Amino acid sequence: MKPQMITLHINGRTHYVALNPNQTLLVALRDLGYTDVKCGCEKGDCGACAVFLNGVAVNSCLVLAGQADEGEILTAAGLGTSEHPHPLQTAFSDAGAIQCGYCTPGMIVSAKALLDHKPHPTDTEIRDAISGNLCRCTGYAQIIQAVQSAAEKMDAGGEG
Amino acid sequence: MKYQVKPLPQVDLPELRTVGKPLRKVDAMGKAVGDTVYAGDYSMPRMLYGKVFRSNQSSARITRLDVSKARALTGVACVITGFDVPNARLVSDMPGQTGQKQRAGSDVPVLASEQVRFYGEPIALVAAETPEIADKALSLIEVDYEPLPGVYDPLEAMKPGAPIVTPPDNIVARWKIRKGDVESGFEQADLIVENTFRIPYQEHAYLEPEAGVAWIDERGAITIRVSTQVVEHFRTIARAVGVRQNKIHIQGTMVGGGFGGKEDITIEIYLALLAKHTARPVKMVYTREESFLAHAKRHPYIIKHRTGVKNNGLITASKIEMISDSGAYPYLSPYVLLYTTVMAPGPYRINNVQVDAISVATNNPYTSAFRGFGGPQACFAYEQQMDDIARQLGLDPLEVRKVNYLRTGDLTATGQVIESAAWLEETATRAMAALGEQTPDYGSVKIGQGFASYFQSYGRITWMHDTSQAWVGLELDGTVTIRAGVPDLGAGQANSLCQIAAEVLGVPLERVTIYTTDSALTPLSGTSTATRQLYMSGNAALMAATAVRNVLLNRASKYFEEDIEALDLADGKAFIKSDPSQTLDLVDLAKMCASEGMHLSNLALFKAPFTDPINPETGQGQVFPDFTFGSFAVEVAVDTETGEVTVLKAAACHDVGRAINRAAAEGQIIGGGMQGLGYGLMENLIVKDGVIKTPSLTEYLIPTSMDFPDIQAIILESGTGLGPFGAKGIGEPSLTPAAPAAASAIANALGVSIPEIPITPEKILAALERA
Repeated sequence: MKPQMITLHINGRTHYVALNPNQTLLVALRDLGYTDVKCGCEKGDCGACAVFLNGVAVNSCLVLAGQADEGEILTAAGLGTSEHPHPLQTAFSDAGAIQCGYCTPGMIVSAKALLDHKPHPTDTEIRDAISGNLCRCTGYAQIIQAVQSAAEKMDAGGEG
Repeated sequence: MKYQVKPLPQVDLPELRTVGKPLRKVDAMGKAVGDTVYAGDYSMPRMLYGKVFRSNQSSARITRLDVSKARALTGVACVITGFDVPNARLVSDMPGQTGQKQRAGSDVPVLASEQVRFYGEPIALVAAETPEIADKALSLIEVDYEPLPGVYDPLEAMKPGAPIVTPPDNIVARWKIRKGDVESGFEQADLIVENTFRIPYQEHAYLEPEAGVAWIDERGAITIRVSTQVVEHFRTIARAVGVRQNKIHIQGTMVGGGFGGKEDITIEIYLALLAKHTARPVKMVYTREESFLAHAKRHPYIIKHRTGVKNNGLITASKIEMISDSGAYPYLSPYVLLYTTVMAPGPYRINNVQVDAISVATNNPYTSAFRGFGGPQACFAYEQQMDDIARQLGLDPLEVRKVNYLRTGDLTATGQVIESAAWLEETATRAMAALGEQTPDYGSVKIGQGFASYFQSYGRITWMHDTSQAWVGLELDGTVTIRAGVPDLGAGQANSLCQIAAEVLGVPLERVTIYTTDSALTPLSGTSTATRQLYMSGNAALMAATAVRNVLLNRASKYFEEDIEALDLADGKAFIKSDPSQTLDLVDLAKMCASEGMHLSNLALFKAPFTDPINPETGQGQVFPDFTFGSFAVEVAVDTETGEVTVLKAAACHDVGRAINRAAAEGQIIGGGMQGLGYGLMENLIVKDGVIKTPSLTEYLIPTSMDFPDIQAIILESGTGLGPFGAKGIGEPSLTPAAPAAASAIANALGVSIPEIPITPEKILAALERA
């Protein structure tokens, strides 16, 4: 297997990397230090590795890094910092929506993907949007509350 | 409303400033923005990658093990087999204990070299320059097996002539209860009800597979940065690796879900051996499939109940037999079995009780701790039994329970006095009331409502002599630092200590920082298991913070020229209660104390009640510090044509004693309830001849956001717990009653009960056919 050179634009930084053609985007991101992208199953069952690729939420374990060549990638860590969090990150923190936190980055990516298209979702639409993100701790109720609360704040503040 | 909800007994809880509030947990934002560095996220320079070679046989003798080709592969730093480390054995039988006497049979080889007893048993370790080379090395390891007869059914394993998993026999543990006289109890009965219940495996399925990095530091200590519920494992690791205890340093990380599955040692010994043999840092991260293979499962049980009752539902005798499948090695099976034994008769006052419990070795996946620790299996059986008693007597399920529910001052079956509030009817009626009116049946769909009540211990077995330490200090800028060895599993273990210290020292929560989970640098706080951290470390933090508070108030009393009792601390200030405008900033007060050599920090040790072991012949004596009580109610729709079950409503009501962080307590109640509903209705670990046939999250389905409705969490606060501010524990109890409540609702819908979980469509259709 011969490595290929690819270019990844991740959270506003550009990386030129040589990767084997069978390398998944998940492993590439984690190897580059984007460890907020979590690995839970490596076959699309759990959603912990969800990121935006060119504005679309994907499970990065199901995308080859080569397919993302020249792509714009946004991970949960790229949405905000603890000083300047994204409204979803604030709402998840305040609603009790985070227990062990391992599903949280992927969950926030799926929630943002929903709010990007539907700023005022129903609870059922939120459930549907995060149905590919497993959470073993919370029982989902506080996550759904957090997404609703972020939607309200983003609407009021014009953020997002 | 099906049941009348009576007012609660009068409780006088003091108003608190920080404790009880649903504040943002101190660990939340770091997780939300991706700053939290989990065990698998960490790297070291010159790091190798470790992998485990595992058995593909359930029961076999190893006749040849050849690792020479793997060793010769370029990029392989080392391959270790059991022949290289013959003394590497896992011999601790209760995590984190110091002086515990070793039980025969608890001895587990770290690497099997002569015989494998379960599918997936570790045989060799590899460390290589890349994960790919390590995988290639695994494929070059050659093993010849001579298959041995295996035993895969605990009932078969108990029969004479059955294959013996580990000599001398397959009996791993036995516990008994003998209280009163069951035979005369049965003679007094108007009706005797008998049932056999079967309860399955459950897989923890935490989102974070096992992971860690180990290296040798500048003092020669093997440092292991790992996701674990128990930093005190350093003692067992030291013994297995052959170094002194102060040369193993555990740096616990934020745990990406534990639920008991990271209570036993996971990868620590493998990492330590590889780091020691290569003198280089080594990282190991399990795949999801390896995680399924490698860690313990919840114990399957067969539980038989024979209950004598009067026509009004009063229980006159309860005879219970229980068999649990321990799998190939004991791990915590004897203790899990003890829990199931103590809780076997349920939260009921019964004068005549006989329990006989056995844990049996098989060549199945090994079983050990899982949230509830034997309590959920007991609860499924005793609550289905109560429902069946009600059905046979033509009484309402609540009426039968009310006649028998334990009350404060009553004795449990093991002769322990219930000293705290026992709000059983209170929680059952509230959980049922939260469901509201029952939805009407439609077409082939039948609707049913049901509930289950439970009692479940919090805190460890009292003859383990459990202790916990916490250190609290005030910094000179008025901030507070806490050091405690607590592993944080996401349930708010660390945050609770912060809210307690903030309350006692009168500072906002944002001013408190906690350092946790380090076997060398933070005081040992014991395990994050047994629903013990809030009770144990919460009390230790309360003691330490109170000691610092007393120093501050002493000095402030000189400053104000007032009695200590006249002063209080809040919002970062000391003040006179009768005239709150007279204040002294905590920063100034701290500086005064420091300049006068007063101690602004404290290390406290909290001790649980210490008791002697129970009488092994009768089971009589104290086993636990106290119990949590509660109930769970479910409304289901069952399609009688397809067998499909839809949970329409669910509500949980628990007396948590006192909620330290209300949002976190609700999170435990909802999340635990969801794991319990999954256990009762969907999660199906299929094991055939010792091989897991549902080996990943593709086949083993856990609840998604689409499977169950929101669980309504109803928190009651009796203030009678042994924890700080009257708190009880809720981490494990939250799961216990959910599966039996779902089963009760299904039985209520169909008029037929199904004594076996998970209640799948196939089982429902089969039961309807039989009826």
